[in-house]
Amino acid sequence: MTLLSPRLRAQIIKELLSILRDRRARALLIGPPLMQLLIFSFAATLEVRHAAIAVYDRDGGRWSQELVAQVSAAAFVGSVTTMQSPEQLQAAIEQRQVLLAIDIPETFSRDVAAGRPAPLQVIVDGRRANSGQVALRYVESIAGNLGATIQAESSGNNDRVAVRHWFNPNLIYQWFIVPSLAGTLAMFTSLIVTALSIARERELGTFDQLLVSPTTPTEIIVAKAAPALVIGTTLGMLMVGAGVFAFGVPFTGSLGLLFLTMLLFILSIVGLGLMISSICATQQQAILGAFATGVPMILMSGFATPVENMPTVLQWVAEAIPLKHFLIIVQGTFVKTLPAAEVAAQAWPMALTALVTLSIATLLVRSRLQ
Amino acid sequence: MHPVDAAPSIAVELDGVVKRFGALEALRGIHGRILPGCLTGLVGPDGAGKTTLMRLMAGLMAPTAGHITVAGLDSVRDSTALSDNIGYMPQRFGLYEDLSVLENLRLYAELRGLERRTHRDTFERLLEFTRLGPFTTRLAGKLSGGMKQKLGLACALMATPKVLLLDEPGVGVDPVSRQDLWRMVQALTDDGMAVVWATAYLDEAERCAAVFLLNEGQLKFAGAPSELTNRLKERSFRLLNYRRDRRELLSEVLELTSVSDGVIQGNAIRVVLRLDSQHEAVAAFAAQAGAELQPVTPRFEDAFVDLLGGGPGGISALAQKMAPVTLDGDNVVECRNLTRCFGAFTATDHVSFQVRKGEIFGLLGPNGAGKSTTFKMLCGLLRPTAGEARVVGLDLRVAGSQAKRQLGYMAQKFSLYGLLSVQQNLEFSAGVYGLEGALKRERIKEMVQTFQLGKYLGSAPDELPLGFKQRLALACALMHRPLVLFLDEPTSGVDPITRREFWTHINGLAHKGVTIMVTTHFMDEAEYCDRVALMYRAKLIALDTPDVLKARVTIIGDQEPTMEDAFIHLIQEVDAQDAASSMREAA
Repeated sequence: MTLLSPRLRAQIIKELLSILRDRRARALLIGPPLMQLLIFSFAATLEVRHAAIAVYDRDGGRWSQELVAQVSAAAFVGSVTTMQSPEQLQAAIEQRQVLLAIDIPETFSRDVAAGRPAPLQVIVDGRRANSGQVALRYVESIAGNLGATIQAESSGNNDRVAVRHWFNPNLIYQWFIVPSLAGTLAMFTSLIVTALSIARERELGTFDQLLVSPTTPTEIIVAKAAPALVIGTTLGMLMVGAGVFAFGVPFTGSLGLLFLTMLLFILSIVGLGLMISSICATQQQAILGAFATGVPMILMSGFATPVENMPTVLQWVAEAIPLKHFLIIVQGTFVKTLPAAEVAAQAWPMALTALVTLSIATLLVRSRLQ
Repeated sequence: MHPVDAAPSIAVELDGVVKRFGALEALRGIHGRILPGCLTGLVGPDGAGKTTLMRLMAGLMAPTAGHITVAGLDSVRDSTALSDNIGYMPQRFGLYEDLSVLENLRLYAELRGLERRTHRDTFERLLEFTRLGPFTTRLAGKLSGGMKQKLGLACALMATPKVLLLDEPGVGVDPVSRQDLWRMVQALTDDGMAVVWATAYLDEAERCAAVFLLNEGQLKFAGAPSELTNRLKERSFRLLNYRRDRRELLSEVLELTSVSDGVIQGNAIRVVLRLDSQHEAVAAFAAQAGAELQPVTPRFEDAFVDLLGGGPGGISALAQKMAPVTLDGDNVVECRNLTRCFGAFTATDHVSFQVRKGEIFGLLGPNGAGKSTTFKMLCGLLRPTAGEARVVGLDLRVAGSQAKRQLGYMAQKFSLYGLLSVQQNLEFSAGVYGLEGALKRERIKEMVQTFQLGKYLGSAPDELPLGFKQRLALACALMHRPLVLFLDEPTSGVDPITRREFWTHINGLAHKGVTIMVTTHFMDEAEYCDRVALMYRAKLIALDTPDVLKARVTIIGDQEPTMEDAFIHLIQEVDAQDAASSMREAA
């Protein structure tokens, strides 16, 4: 006796063949995600390089010179211009000559030496908000390191130590983006494969044929979920492998746990895709549906912008997005040895989403019998 | 209509026209002439090359070889000038569904470059001609199938063309509107226009003055339809008043060497003899069966089959292999007051009937009459709003998988998995009905042998010739030996030989006790049924044997009424009653 009933087996084979028999479809399934991984990782970088910086040093003391020296030596800086007046500094920002300007007050060296808080003014060109923000972070980091150095010397407290990039101290952008892309692209592929599956049968008229056969709605959903699960997980793991071997991202967590949560993640997406597919009459509607849900999910997942910066209501919504949880897991597993308890905390919301979406999809298929 | 100017005596000249699409040869050297003032039928099954020829004549494509001259203009060199001289109505005329009737007319007038000040007169003339005057503000999307075709025709007639090309205008149009279209086309040809009417319905061919008969890209016949049917004179007969099962008799008669073709027509059997064969053999057969042998007027379809070398034999290898159905109880399919509403719209309204074991039961009606809805409720695809439907004594919407194994279903356009090979399609169908192991292998082998699918096992279904595609669909629906077989528009657009083969199997199955439910808008197909249920506006308006339904039509002249005549007659009766009752209400 075999494990699967002949009905289920026949359907799973049919689904796998429908996805994989066509050479072109096969190429489209594997090629574009891997290509996107390459393009996004190399081209769509958030890193700031060769930035022009202005410095107006009113202090001219030991610590202010140390700060200027460190900033000038930083990798992201292209040129540092010394300003002679506040007006000149303002003009440099207004005329886009510099991305960022540092205004060091007269009391800076004195404050640092005395162990007091030593405020700095940093002016960022708001028209270039993204790169400006990133550059600001870098400057903050340098100032903080300086504070830490001082601390050792003068034993006073210094609360300028603000930003510390613990697990990615050099802020290598690919360390962040490659694991995230592995999740995002695997999600999109599974979403589209499943969103098309029922809609395609409906368009061809084979879905009615399936409904009059003795097969049950649960079997239909299981048969359609299984191949998509296999393909989505394979693709995701392939990209994790590319992250480790091609991009050299350190992998510090548990591969087994990542694999299990990847399965869970893809399953929840497959449920969503099947939900979309069961309400769509044509493949065109299904593709539109997949994009209408996929794009907001990516935007709210923390991939592009931090979830903590979103309004509270949207943060709640984000909790229901499997990608949000999976990104925490995949990023954590790569660089910070995410402990199993943390993984579990992110895994159960995905399990819940999978359960809900797959149940709804089954109900929707059943309700087609009305 | 304005008479067309004294035109050249030939409207369209086809000179060795060949069209290839890659390896596929859609047209293989067509020669012919289409005359002005004449309705020319472009007749053939799906895939014969009708639409390709239409598009070539309209100058939308260039032929691979040969020349086409339309109204004295070369279809390739003068294609710009050509567009002023022809009107072309594709299968789905490009009406803008969100625009009203008048707005559609205005749009096509602009596209045709008609002068603004002439718009009013032109529209008035076209609206009167098509009788669409009262509906000018209605959205095109809300028109019935027949009215859409009339609006499409009006748009195609915008520039008073010399040649009018109509691609399957009769599809999706109820018989009454179809009559209207014929009347309009008649008026146009009387004014000297050349009208080309493409169709897969062979009964439509008989109404044309001249016919181009296409099959697999070849011109099989060109000339008056009567010329073709006359070839069968003295060779067409009808067997009547026998006391045996007509399907059994048909299968025996088809096995006679002197018989080239035979079909069931109500209670009678039509028989066509082979050329040069004596009719004594058939006469002896008739005498033996106690039947009356009567000469009949040949039909165009019979002539087509004869032209293609005769129909298939009468014995279904498939049915022979099946064990007779044993089933308790007489009524296999039963529905009582079956009703289904979609919002405020009632698609099926209190329909009741019973179908006996081994009966072939037809559900007939124009598009939108509710036959698909009724059909879907019977096979468990739709839940009734009220009433009940039982198949083999079971309510299918609550019945489990076990009950569903009792029925087979063949969807319209043979829904096969195009991405799977023939072998994989068979394996899937067997598997999804729970067959496994040795039994599954045996059934698949049996189907492959019966239907001679062996050499196609590795091909995709779409690569198969139409006839084999149909065999595959039937094989998939029958592998689990169902008690009831549902067929949704099984042979629309299929060539008559394939259709005959299909019905040979169906007849054989019915003989073994399988109950057959079939929907069709193909009036000829209704003749194969034991009983026919006619649906119109969601209601069952008649239910009887084809012969009784035909007998209800008063015969004008010596023409025998066809199923289509019966249908139109019954619909008009219902319409008259409705009109009378609404008059009474008003009063």
